[in-house]
Parts: sequence; C-alpha cells; structure tokens
Amino acid sequence: MKHILKSIVIISISLMALASKAEIQIYITEGRSDARPVAVVPFKFESESEVQAQPPFDFAKIIADDLRRSGKFNPTEISKLPQHPYSIEDVKLEQWRELGVDGVVYGTVTQTASGNYMVSYDLIDPFNDKAIFSSDIEAGSYPIIPTSSHLMVLKTKIVDNDNFRWGAHIAADEIYEALTGERGAFATQIAYVEVNRNDPRPHQLFVADSDGFNAKRIFASRSPIMSPTWSPDATKLSYVTFENGRSEIVVQNIASGQREIVASYKGFNSAPAWSPDGSKMVVVLSKDGNPELYLLDLTGKRLQRLTRHYAIDTEPSWAPDGKSLIFTSDRGGRPQIYRITLADNKVERVTFEGIHNAGAEFAPDGKSIVMVHQANGAYHIAAQDLATGQLTVLTKTTLDESLSVAPNGSMIIFSTVDGGQKVLSAVSMDGRFKARLPATVGEVKAPAWSPFIL
Amino acid sequence: MKRSVQLLLALTAALSLAACSTTQPEEEQVDTTAQEDAAAQAEAEALARQRAAEEAERQRIAALLENNVVYFDFDDDSIRSEYVELLEAHAKYIQSSGKSVVLEGHADERGTPEYNLALGERRAKSVAQLMRTYGVSDSSIEVISFGEEAPANPAHNEEAWQENRRVEIKYQ
Repeated sequence: MKHILKSIVIISISLMALASKAEIQIYITEGRSDARPVAVVPFKFESESEVQAQPPFDFAKIIADDLRRSGKFNPTEISKLPQHPYSIEDVKLEQWRELGVDGVVYGTVTQTASGNYMVSYDLIDPFNDKAIFSSDIEAGSYPIIPTSSHLMVLKTKIVDNDNFRWGAHIAADEIYEALTGERGAFATQIAYVEVNRNDPRPHQLFVADSDGFNAKRIFASRSPIMSPTWSPDATKLSYVTFENGRSEIVVQNIASGQREIVASYKGFNSAPAWSPDGSKMVVVLSKDGNPELYLLDLTGKRLQRLTRHYAIDTEPSWAPDGKSLIFTSDRGGRPQIYRITLADNKVERVTFEGIHNAGAEFAPDGKSIVMVHQANGAYHIAAQDLATGQLTVLTKTTLDESLSVAPNGSMIIFSTVDGGQKVLSAVSMDGRFKARLPATVGEVKAPAWSPFIL
Repeated sequence: MKRSVQLLLALTAALSLAACSTTQPEEEQVDTTAQEDAAAQAEAEALARQRAAEEAERQRIAALLENNVVYFDFDDDSIRSEYVELLEAHAKYIQSSGKSVVLEGHADERGTPEYNLALGERRAKSVAQLMRTYGVSDSSIEVISFGEEAPANPAHNEEAWQENRRVEIKYQ
C-alpha cells in the first residue's frame, strides 16, 4: 500500500450555469506515488476590452486537472509554488529546480473582445537547457535569453466562451506529449448511457468531454440503449436501440442528430464495431438462428457472414490494422476470446486463463487486448499481452463490464457497480491508477471513449 | 363447482324418492325402476366426478397460466423441471386460444451486456423449443431478447439477479 496514495481527490466539480446536470464527476480513488511533479502556475488575466469580464473557466486549472487525471503527474499545490511567472523573462530557474518539478507551465489569458480570448502559455523544463532543440518551437518566436533554451512548449490560442475548455484540453495534450512523448487524450469525448428511472424516457445517450464536463444528451428513449461506439472520424455514434420493441442498430450523426437504422434483421441486432477506415461495420445478428459476426458494408448495405458456429459469437473488436477481429465465443463451453482473420475467416482462441473472458478490445498499438475476466466469481478488467499471453488483472471492483480504451492507450474506462450504483470507472493500462466517475443523476453505463478528435 | 355437484345429488335423491312413492307398481316395474334409478344415480355420480375432475384441472391450468415467468440458473439456458408443467399449460392454451406470444429473454447483469443479450435470446429460444414439442407452431411465437437491459429488479445483489434471469411469456 505504500506505493499507493489512497487519498480521494475531487478533480471535477459542477460549475456555474454552463454545467449540465447530467455530468459525470471524476474522483481519483487510487493515485500513483511515482506520479511526476509538475507546476501549473495560475495564468495572468488581461483585458484589451473595456469590459473586464473574467473568462468562464480557469484555463490553468483545467490543464492541471487533466495532468493529474492522467495518473502520470502530480501538479504542485498553488500555495507551494515559489513564484508566479507569466513570461519566460520572469522565470527563476533555480527556484523551480529547488522545488524539483519536471515542468513549469505559465501563461496569460487576454480578453480581446467580449467573450473572446487569446491564451498564451509556455512549458519549460527547469533541468534541461537543451529542451528547445527537441521541440518544434519556431526560432525567433521567443526572446533570446538563457532561460529560453529550457522551453518545451510555446503556444498561443484564440478561444471563445464555447470552446474555452476544449482549448485548455488541447493545451494539456501538448504539455502531456512534450513531457511523456505519448500523445495526450484529454481533448477527447466519452459517450455513455444514463438510466434515470424517474424520467419518462429513462434511457439516455450522452456525449461529454473526457473530464465529464459539457455533457450533451443526444438521444432519449423509453426503451434500453446499448453498445454506443464511435465512428473512426468521431462524427457519428452507432448504438443498439429497442425503441421499436426489439433491438436494432442505429447510426447517429452527433452534430446534426440525424439517425439511420443500419440493421433491423429478424432476431437480435447488436454489438456494432466500425472498421478502422469507417467504411464497414462488424455487427452481431441472430437472424440465421444464433449469434454470428457479419461484415456490413455501410455504403452498399451488403452483408457478409464471418463466423459459422452454433455457439454464441459476439462482441467484435477490430485490430488497429483492420485485418482481424477479436470476439467472444462460448464454442469451447464457456465464453473466451477468439480471433478471426478476415483474409481466410480462420478462427483461433486467444485467452486460456480463467473460465470466463468476454467483451475484449484491442489496445491502440494492437499489441495487447483488454477484457472482462472472471476470477472467483468476480468480474474484473484484465489486460493480456498478445506476444507472451501474460494476463494481468487491473481492477478490484467485481462487476466490471463495457470497457473502452482511450485512443492513446493510457487509460481504460468501464462500467461497474460501486456503492450499490452503476457507475463509470477508469483504470490506467498498468492498473496503478484508478478513478471513479459517478453520475450526478441516475446510473451510468456503456462508456465509449472517442477516437482522437482533430 | 361444489354447488353444482350438490344440486345434482339433490336432484338424483328427489327423483329416487318420486320413483319410490309411485303407488302400487308392478313387481317387474318396481325392479326395473329401482335398477334404472341406481344406474342413473351411478351415472350422475360419475358425471359429477368427471366434472369435478375437469373443473379441478381447469383451475390448475388457470393457476398455471396466471404465472408467466420462468427463471433460470446462472449463465444457463436449460429449463428447470419445475417449469415444464407451466410451459405445457401455456403451450396448450396458445393452441386452444389461437393467441400468439412474445417470449422475452433476460439475463442478470453479471458478465458483458452483448453476451448477455445472446444469453437472453438462448433462454427464450429454449422456452420456444419446449413449447414447440407441445405442438405450438413457429408462427405463434416471437423471441425477443433484452439481455441485462430490462431488469425486473434493478438492485445489484444475488436476490435481484435471481429475479432477472428469466423469460417472460407475453400474450399478444
């Protein structure tokens, strides 16, 4: 336990009028003691306009919260910062070296007109005076002083009230990538299903930013909603709806709300999975007697059967290269993960440890898979390395399901039961960082992490 | 039912009395009448017993038909023997009434939702299969699975899970 900080940190709280009541909140339940120290200095506010309206959110705090929520960073408390610099000229390197932080972020928010802001921010590495050479900072865009050689990020953004938070998430992504070498996934979204039994349409599909803010309801129904999944370009969601009395697969454009039923065959229609190029979808239909995987061509609506077995075959997930899929099958007596190669429809078993493995998804690098693994009657999230076959159980919660991996492979979001309620949870790929994401209303389930949003 | 049996017995008794009170019947006649009376009484009693049995059966079936939920073991689609009588009653009723049914398959929340959708269908299909062996035609049965999405009991414990692993027989 000494490596684990058991403290509960409230990362995201509902704010002002912009907050929708359906937000999910994020509580870190298990932090990492090896999280790297960084400093995010509160940004300076200036106004070129006569109206001195404060920006709607704290840009620096959004960055700090994102970095903390990644599990890899531990932003220093503001009260413990040795100075509050706003530009490279103000930075006193020795003070930051003494504090021992791996990075210092500072900046300025300038109101250019009512509701419009120019945000400038830098990241410096106090210990590396050659940092600037490893970054893409343009020569001439910074003052020529010795401290400038410590710059890792130097940016300016124009934002307004509507995309202020999104701009801060992009900034957090840039800082995260500069410090880790891995692309950040803060400027991404989560789709999830909320069930509020007091509502006449209790089943509701939401899309929110990765920190739970900005939740928008995109569909509500008297009947269940299942299996939301993102198109690779992040503009559409596919999901299973029971609005016509039985399961059908719908594709919905998120911006326009336009919906189209893409599968409504006899039997059930379930588990849509877009191909990496977005042109096709693998769906699970029971129209020919029992659940099989079918490849659905979205343009021509042609259907090609992939599996042929009297057992249950379901829960397909594409390999990142689009050449194979993993899926759940109980053809061996109990649910296990199998892999089908599209070139020859050959099927091989992938999981052997444990009596029940299901709902698997590839990690974005295609080198490992994440699944729901049953051990001693409890359902945990587990990862399996495809080369070695080694399986690692990542969670302690016991009713885990519906996992979805962040597009940078750093984190897994899933549904579980905690405190007698269905809640979302997140765990880092190595299992060392955990967070709980309850809804402010009702129960939440079926999370789906969006692809990178450009 | 009880009332009609009593009525029958009363009628039979009255008839016998009336027969006995006939004045000065010939011997043969008396004998024949007595035999006929006895036969009629036996017949009436048999009829009454049969009606009683039929009525008891009708009540048994009615009671069975009032129950339209079949429960299952964990991750299992086989029908427990305790439900065979129930499903036979529904199968007979579907045929005699000419009604059709929707068999709604459900699963508890353990395991993954998409697998559970398949499991719910499997449960509904094993009910449909048994009904077919009792003569119900395919066209009278529709199978719909809701997986774990429509729990009868939304709690997250063993008691709720038992209530949620079910097939509901819904008459159309």
